[in-house]
Amino acid sequence: MSYLTDIGALARKDLRLELRARDTLPAMLLFVVSALVVFHFTLPQGASRLAAFGLLWVALIFTALLGLTRCFAAEREQDVLDGLVLAPSDRSAIWLGKAIAMLAFLVAAEVVALPAFALFFGPGIDGRTLAGVALADLGICTVGTLLAGMAAASRARELLLPLLFLPLAIPIVIGGVGASVNGGVRYVEFLVLYDAIFAIICWASFEYVVTE
Amino acid sequence: MVAAVTMIAFFAPEDADQGLSQKIFYFHVPIALTSYACFGWGAWKGLLHLWKRSPGADLESYVAIHQGVIFGALTLVTGSIWAKISWGVWWAWSSNQLVLFLVLFLFYAAYFMLRFSVEPGPRRANLSAVYALFGVALIPVSFMAIRLANDFIHPTVFTSNGPQMSGRMFASFCVSWAAMLLLAGTLYRVELAGKRLDSRLRELRELLA
Repeated sequence: MSYLTDIGALARKDLRLELRARDTLPAMLLFVVSALVVFHFTLPQGASRLAAFGLLWVALIFTALLGLTRCFAAEREQDVLDGLVLAPSDRSAIWLGKAIAMLAFLVAAEVVALPAFALFFGPGIDGRTLAGVALADLGICTVGTLLAGMAAASRARELLLPLLFLPLAIPIVIGGVGASVNGGVRYVEFLVLYDAIFAIICWASFEYVVTE
Repeated sequence: MVAAVTMIAFFAPEDADQGLSQKIFYFHVPIALTSYACFGWGAWKGLLHLWKRSPGADLESYVAIHQGVIFGALTLVTGSIWAKISWGVWWAWSSNQLVLFLVLFLFYAAYFMLRFSVEPGPRRANLSAVYALFGVALIPVSFMAIRLANDFIHPTVFTSNGPQMSGRMFASFCVSWAAMLLLAGTLYRVELAGKRLDSRLRELRELLA
């Protein structure tokens, strides 16, 4: 029970910090809308609506990446991470709390992005796409938060995260695009599998990322 | 290795369909399998490091992944040559294995970026080990993903291409694979010895200074 309380406290800390400082979420919102506008001009006249779905996924992945690079920024600047590691709780709670906060930011960005996409590009968002986006969000946040923790420990920092994250995000993109373009249940199932596998690995290995 | 080359050249029958060019198969596939073996070995050593804290496992994991990346790059090159000869293009997105190797190559190239931007020490060893473990999870997951992706990129090209090998072909293939594994093992030992010497030298220098 105290594990859940810890997670709740850590996630609340991040959300409250964001409510007071507002550095990540407005940037993500602005980025995703501007990216969609740029993508409108990259599509030639008469391109199919399927191509537009591909661009939606590019926009979502890069918006998530933008948020993830800021993920451990506050902890690093104020040296909070050492304090969190020393706190008498399971270290994986740090990861889970962070991932939940990231998920909240990402969902908030998508609440704006998906209607904007429907408005700009025309194709409606169906249930399969929504399921794909929701499951992809889970995968992005679990894997991305752990990799952000890794990148925070390195000298390259913001530079390193996209390099670590994009190869791991390729299966998410395939599953997500498949779910929205093909509408196959198999893609949704695949995303569930991906989320489950990587959530377990991240949960088990986060301790080693923050400790020596 | 010599035995493998001889067997490939003289013993294995030529493929009826592709002729001489099919012989690159005896290099390409063993190199690819060897590269998987290296990644797996690297992840296993990473796991040993995290679990048992065995000294030196970190270095062994790094060297294994280094070998894996070298063999992975060779797989991409030989695969590309084979694709050019048999399909007429240097790159085919419909070839699952080739695309998988591209993804893995990018993933493990990032491993080096990670490793070289963290100060040497226990922290770096932990991060590398966790990342190596991610790699072995990524291999089957992206294999599945790429198979799924072919459905919407190339809806019709989805046939099981199980190469039915004759006995002689299979024997040559096995010898060639054994030779590749042996080569990888030797390179692994050589590089490991070099790296160990290097770190020992550095320790001694620090003691002197």
